[in-house]
Amino acid sequence: MKIRAQIGKVLNLDKCIGCHTCSVTCKNVWTTRQGAEYQWWNNVESKPGIGYPRNWEDQELWRGGWRVKANGRIEPKQGGKWTILANIFANPHMPQIDDFYEPFDFEYTWLHNAPEIESAPTARPISQITGDRIEKIEWGPNWEEICSGEFEKRSRDVNFARIEKAIYGEFENTFMMYLPRLCEHCLNPSCLASCPSGAIYKREEDGIVLLDQDKCRGWRMCVSGCPYKKIYYNWHSGKSEKCIFCYPRIEAGMPTVCSETCVGRIRYLGVMLYDADRIEEAASKANETDLYQAQLDLFLDPDDPQVAEQARRQGIPEAWLEAARHSPVYRMAKVWKVALPLHPEYRTLPMVWYMPPLSPIQSAAEAGALAAYDGVPDVRSLRIPVRYLANLLTAGDEAPVVAALEKMLAMRAFMRRRALDEPEDRTILERVGLSLPQVEDMYRLLAIANYEDRFVIPTTHREAGANAYDERGTCGFTFGLGSNEGNSEFSLFGRDTRRTYGERAHW
Amino acid sequence: MDFVNEFLFGFFPYLCAVVFFLGSWARFDRSQYTWRAQSSQLLRARQLFWGSVLFHAGILLLFFGHLFGLLTPPSVYHALGLSVKGKQILAATAGGIFAIMCFVGMTMLIHRRLTDRRIRATSKRTDIFILLFIYAQLILGIAGLPWSYANLEGTHMLVMAEWSRSVFLFAADPHLLDHVPWIYKIHIVAGMSLFLIFPFTRLVHIWSVPIWFLGRPGWQIVRRQTNLARGGV
Repeated sequence: MKIRAQIGKVLNLDKCIGCHTCSVTCKNVWTTRQGAEYQWWNNVESKPGIGYPRNWEDQELWRGGWRVKANGRIEPKQGGKWTILANIFANPHMPQIDDFYEPFDFEYTWLHNAPEIESAPTARPISQITGDRIEKIEWGPNWEEICSGEFEKRSRDVNFARIEKAIYGEFENTFMMYLPRLCEHCLNPSCLASCPSGAIYKREEDGIVLLDQDKCRGWRMCVSGCPYKKIYYNWHSGKSEKCIFCYPRIEAGMPTVCSETCVGRIRYLGVMLYDADRIEEAASKANETDLYQAQLDLFLDPDDPQVAEQARRQGIPEAWLEAARHSPVYRMAKVWKVALPLHPEYRTLPMVWYMPPLSPIQSAAEAGALAAYDGVPDVRSLRIPVRYLANLLTAGDEAPVVAALEKMLAMRAFMRRRALDEPEDRTILERVGLSLPQVEDMYRLLAIANYEDRFVIPTTHREAGANAYDERGTCGFTFGLGSNEGNSEFSLFGRDTRRTYGERAHW
Repeated sequence: MDFVNEFLFGFFPYLCAVVFFLGSWARFDRSQYTWRAQSSQLLRARQLFWGSVLFHAGILLLFFGHLFGLLTPPSVYHALGLSVKGKQILAATAGGIFAIMCFVGMTMLIHRRLTDRRIRATSKRTDIFILLFIYAQLILGIAGLPWSYANLEGTHMLVMAEWSRSVFLFAADPHLLDHVPWIYKIHIVAGMSLFLIFPFTRLVHIWSVPIWFLGRPGWQIVRRQTNLARGGV
């Protein structure tokens, strides 16, 4: 058993209000550079819809994620190593920028500088690639916001698989939900596997998947390899970029910017311990519906003394074990099972999980005739079809989605009675398999959602990562070498490897 | 004229080699962030697939054709049963086919780069220059084919191959090329110049051809913290 730790994440879709604060703060911090204008490391989609980039979930089209070969082993869906290399001159599965959108700005200066003219000056859109005017903007990162556009187009959403979708185009039956998306920092990332340069790597200490900007050669295989389409090719720098999980903040024990600024308090961050030896086995399950359970089985119980002992032996710091015992993510995903992975069928074992959203009862007229137990309505009468959520979160298996929604409804019903001073009804809890302390804990985490409960992030032991003494007097992060001599072990002109005795003692 | 001859075919090859190696090394060391293929596929996939595949396949075949064709000593291919005439026909025919592939691909790529608004606007001057330079070199090579077919005994080929080997043995003898047609001489100088400008263009991505990807064990890469890996802390 090889124990590794990762900062996992859960998004409570039940509370997402679709305000896009996460996307905007992320963009302001990370992607305002040239070539990155079109990149939204975090974006919020309205579902049902085909999303950003267009149809990103259609893996028959983009070939992201993994597939199981005849011999039972997995390889990237876009092909084995020979195939990937053979496609290096022109990647046949790569989206074009129009699938994301052509980035644009507006001619604001014209508003200031226009001479006296007959009609009021307007700020027209200009392409940030060519500088030309764009006559008509055809697509954007949130083009389908709140059911915008025709249902016919939005219903190409692959999550409608095995659903008679025609009725959901009718006004009375329409439904929607928000889906904020970012890099999943998978346990079995297919972007990483597809990178011919080996520039993408997973950090052992916190599981963050990063793309080495110096090692990237721009072969673009990661773009098609990632099934979530969360690797973006920077057309200006010629390198690919991705969500970095705000690692400078995580290392300091702070939440990612998207989590910090979430006004709905829907985001949770916490340590997950998992068994790295069984990753490939878990990702290779023959049956897609077994993948969710297989990933759950990888997560280790931080309260198990044997796990803790083994983790200590493998160098996981005590603070991380302590944080794992208080991890909100562990409780939501593994204990209560109210959080589910996004598209486990891609076999990447994603680490950003989602609580499915509750939705209004389907028809107000039918409300009286609804199947309901002790004030808990039947989840199948919710407006968002369970099958749709199952296609999104559990590879089509409805049982885990139903169980999660029932627990959420039971918690509401139970706490509502308490708030109204009605007699406590434990049968509500028993039916969904929750204990009283559990439901109280769940209520505090989900409904009150205090900052220190949502974010349990141990600081990174940087002193274990690099020799800070060598970094003194340098200017830190730069493109190009700046005042830093670089980190290459072997370098013709670079790093000064001389060490004084005192410094050497540090190693 | 003799001075120019001495310079171009006696000294210039070594100048190009030095700039090629030291320039590449310096760029890799000091500015790895600029070391990439600079693909423009994201901005426009149209014309790229056939353009890029034909160009790359053609130019790689041409490169290795030149490499082996020029550096293999006559005794070796004689031992393999290939006469000089046979080799001349093989080189001109295979080279001609590869050159046409490359020409078609490059024509598409150049058309795309110069006429597509997105590609044109995001091109650096060196991107356009290097494309046109290789195109010109390719056309020179194709233009030399009639000379090759007119001289099937392969006397020019033999002296050019001998000169190439003399360069690699650090005893470049410019006088070997005295009677070679001018079109070949221009082609040779342009070919060497390609190595001269190599480190200052996007061509550096050739160094990084990721063949070792095929030998990478497994699929996943996990990086340990430096000091932990050294057994510290």
